[in-house]
Amino acid sequence: MLTILFDGIAYGMLLFVLACGLSVTLGLMNFVNLAHGSFAMAGGYITLVLVNRAGVPFFAGLPIAFIVTALIGALFERTLYVHVYNKSHLDQVLFTIGLVFMSVAAVDYVMGSQQVFIQIPSVLQGRFEIFGIGVGRYRLLIIAVCGLLTVGLQLILSSTRFGSRLRASVDDARVARGLGINVNAVFTLTFAFGSGLAGLGGALGAEILGLDPTFPLKYMVYFLIVVTVGGTSSITGPFVASLLIGVADVAGKYYVPKFGAFVIYTIMIIVLLLRPQGLFARATGK
Amino acid sequence: MAAVLETVGLEKHFGGLTAVAGLSLKIEKGARHALIGPNGAGKTTVINLLTGVLRPSSGRILLEGEDITSLESYRRVRRGLARTFQINQLFLDLTPLETIGLAISERMGLGAQWWRVVGSNPVVVEEIVEILARFHLTDAMYERTGNLPYGKQRLLEIALAIACRPRVLLLDEPAAGVPDDERHEILATVAALPADATVLLIEHDMDIVFSFADRISVLVNGALFVDGPPEEVARDPRVKAVYLGESLDA
Amino acid sequence: MSSSVEDQVAHHLAARARWRPLEYVFWLAAVASVFLLPGRHLILTEIAWLALFALSLDLILGYAGIISLGHAAFFGVGSYAGALLAKYGIVNEPVLALLVSGLCAAVLGFGTSFLVLRGSDLTRLMVTLGVALIMREIANQIPQLTGGADGLQGVTVAPILGMFDFDIFGHVSYVYCLTVLFVFFVLARRIVYSPFGLSLRAIKGNSLRASSIGISVNARLVAVYTLAAFYAGVAGALLAQTTAFASLDVFSFERSADLLLVLIIGGTGYLYGGLIGAVIFKLMQDWIANLTPQYWQFWIGLVLVLIVLVGRDRFGSWTGGVRALAVRMLRRLSGASAPVPVPPGEGR
Repeated sequence: MLTILFDGIAYGMLLFVLACGLSVTLGLMNFVNLAHGSFAMAGGYITLVLVNRAGVPFFAGLPIAFIVTALIGALFERTLYVHVYNKSHLDQVLFTIGLVFMSVAAVDYVMGSQQVFIQIPSVLQGRFEIFGIGVGRYRLLIIAVCGLLTVGLQLILSSTRFGSRLRASVDDARVARGLGINVNAVFTLTFAFGSGLAGLGGALGAEILGLDPTFPLKYMVYFLIVVTVGGTSSITGPFVASLLIGVADVAGKYYVPKFGAFVIYTIMIIVLLLRPQGLFARATGK
Repeated sequence: MAAVLETVGLEKHFGGLTAVAGLSLKIEKGARHALIGPNGAGKTTVINLLTGVLRPSSGRILLEGEDITSLESYRRVRRGLARTFQINQLFLDLTPLETIGLAISERMGLGAQWWRVVGSNPVVVEEIVEILARFHLTDAMYERTGNLPYGKQRLLEIALAIACRPRVLLLDEPAAGVPDDERHEILATVAALPADATVLLIEHDMDIVFSFADRISVLVNGALFVDGPPEEVARDPRVKAVYLGESLDA
Repeated sequence: MSSSVEDQVAHHLAARARWRPLEYVFWLAAVASVFLLPGRHLILTEIAWLALFALSLDLILGYAGIISLGHAAFFGVGSYAGALLAKYGIVNEPVLALLVSGLCAAVLGFGTSFLVLRGSDLTRLMVTLGVALIMREIANQIPQLTGGADGLQGVTVAPILGMFDFDIFGHVSYVYCLTVLFVFFVLARRIVYSPFGLSLRAIKGNSLRASSIGISVNARLVAVYTLAAFYAGVAGALLAQTTAFASLDVFSFERSADLLLVLIIGGTGYLYGGLIGAVIFKLMQDWIANLTPQYWQFWIGLVLVLIVLVGRDRFGSWTGGVRALAVRMLRRLSGASAPVPVPPGEGR
């Protein structure tokens, strides 16, 4: 059972890295970006090409995936997303769904529709036992990397100037602008960073979640659930929500395979019913 | 004399902030009752509590003797309690004709009808025309509300509440934001309200208050500070001090 | 003097609800297509039930202001209900089965309506998406009933009213679907011009004020949501009956997303948007699929992106401009001089 817990935690932390960019974008710009999964997919495929075809070592491929996806994110933000910020949520949804459809079809065209596997270095393969818990090496890496990222994010937010600018902009963009904070630059940097994280998550997650052109559609719901349950006004909210969902999903599919998939949908609906603004959001959040 | 609208120990807390504290307000039938107080005193919160937009933290609200504290907003309207909003809350895509017609149909219990065509009931049409004429909106009645000038929208705001034929009418700063040259229309409308209707008026403009009200309640920091006929309130030095900001033992 | 104002008002309101010339043209063209386009009846059948599906979304999105990313949930229930009723002979006559399927979808609609009453747009998106995904998963988990990923096989549909057998050219299907569409359209048209319909538009515009004038907002929303679910279920059953098949993709996210596109293309809030959008979408889909059968989703996505970038309002005003042009041409042809009343909620 502890193995299930371990796997669930790994899965949850992966979800967190994937989804926290979406959470910040939603909280910061009040923008519903359903295409977030496309950036994750991009990161996965970039790493695939680098590692499988160009012979780049896996551990170097990860940060490269982060950087390239972040650059793509910055580009899209400045050229496309910026035109849609002030539109209604329905427009944002339609727009990002359109981007998802385009990205899914484009990747299908370029890379083919079959599921792909990134070559994992042998040091990460297999599992070992600690105190009776089956610890997968790859999952251990995920927990380590995601854990470090989470701590790093929290530090950036709370202890750096950029972090305070970001928190100010999330709180009230108009006032932040009035204080001389370049909110547009904050938006672009944050969007890029969030997309980069998604790309890194996609690269890391290819082994566990499976990577194919339909990735953005398959996992869109999971990201949305994390954001809805965790709220958008902190890092801790989505973090705890991701762990909850990761463990619930893995445990659900193991113990009650027939109904495993329903567990997280039901959690989402119950949470939304009881607290429409998410479990951890402030009362005044959007 | 029986109070038509009454609050008993009404309280509203937002986290650590007390917006309304132990308010026991009595409004007599047929009264022209004004609720005044400095900014942030909680006047609009009181209206929101009375109409059910907010739930009180504790206390009761009685309408004609009946406890309506847990009644939903729309049910209170059906019992005869209507309000206007400080900032116009109108249906911008509807015309004044449709807006008033909607309120009248709802009041007559025809609102849920899905088979008849809007406007096929001559009684409703007659009343729509009468109300629109009374509020000088006849020439604008086919216009989209969002396209109307602010003064006309404000008139519609009040007309809409009147169309509900309320027994108690709560007016939240009816003249707010209206340009000077259009104010007199608003004020004349307020003055021409039926004598048997009870009116609770929130206002900042003291001229309006003293010419309109037969009783004034002063709200400060969510609590009832002074309550009495206009002459009494006007003479009370504490009221002047509160408005002018001089220090005072609360 | 005042009685003439009342007459004028009554006349104005009645004229608004009256059928406009352009509407007659639309439906005459639809009927004409039965006889003039016999080779295209298969795609026309698809357009017909898609139009009904889009109409159902317009009721909640265009008139009541409820955003849904999971309207396919009701479509899917209707579809499987229609297929199962036919396959196991529970209700043999198709028209009756249609109504029963619609009712099944309506039950789900009623049951989930309370989920969309509260919360922001984002909450409603999430919740409706979640419901559709749950339905899909349920269908996936009971393959003994639904056929699972392979779909429900072995469905045979009895002749309509015991008389009209389905044929492979789609002739009977099209007339059937078109008739059903027309009947439900007329009903919807009646409803939106009623006091109930007006209250929906008020709720969409300002639900706070709506409750402040005595409208029981939640009750009205539940009613229209249930009705929309019924309509969507009927549309789904039409698909099942005309193809004698049902599969998991009736619940898919793509179906809900495509439906949004259909309605957006045609415009929301005036009932014909769903019908016009269905025609344009299907023709566009057909044309693109012939060019790139595997990657047509790319072009659909591009259309979505472009429509949003251009702006739905501007897009709506183009289609509104085309409509106005058509109306002017009609008036010149018929020599009429009476002013044309404006439909409510013009393409917003």
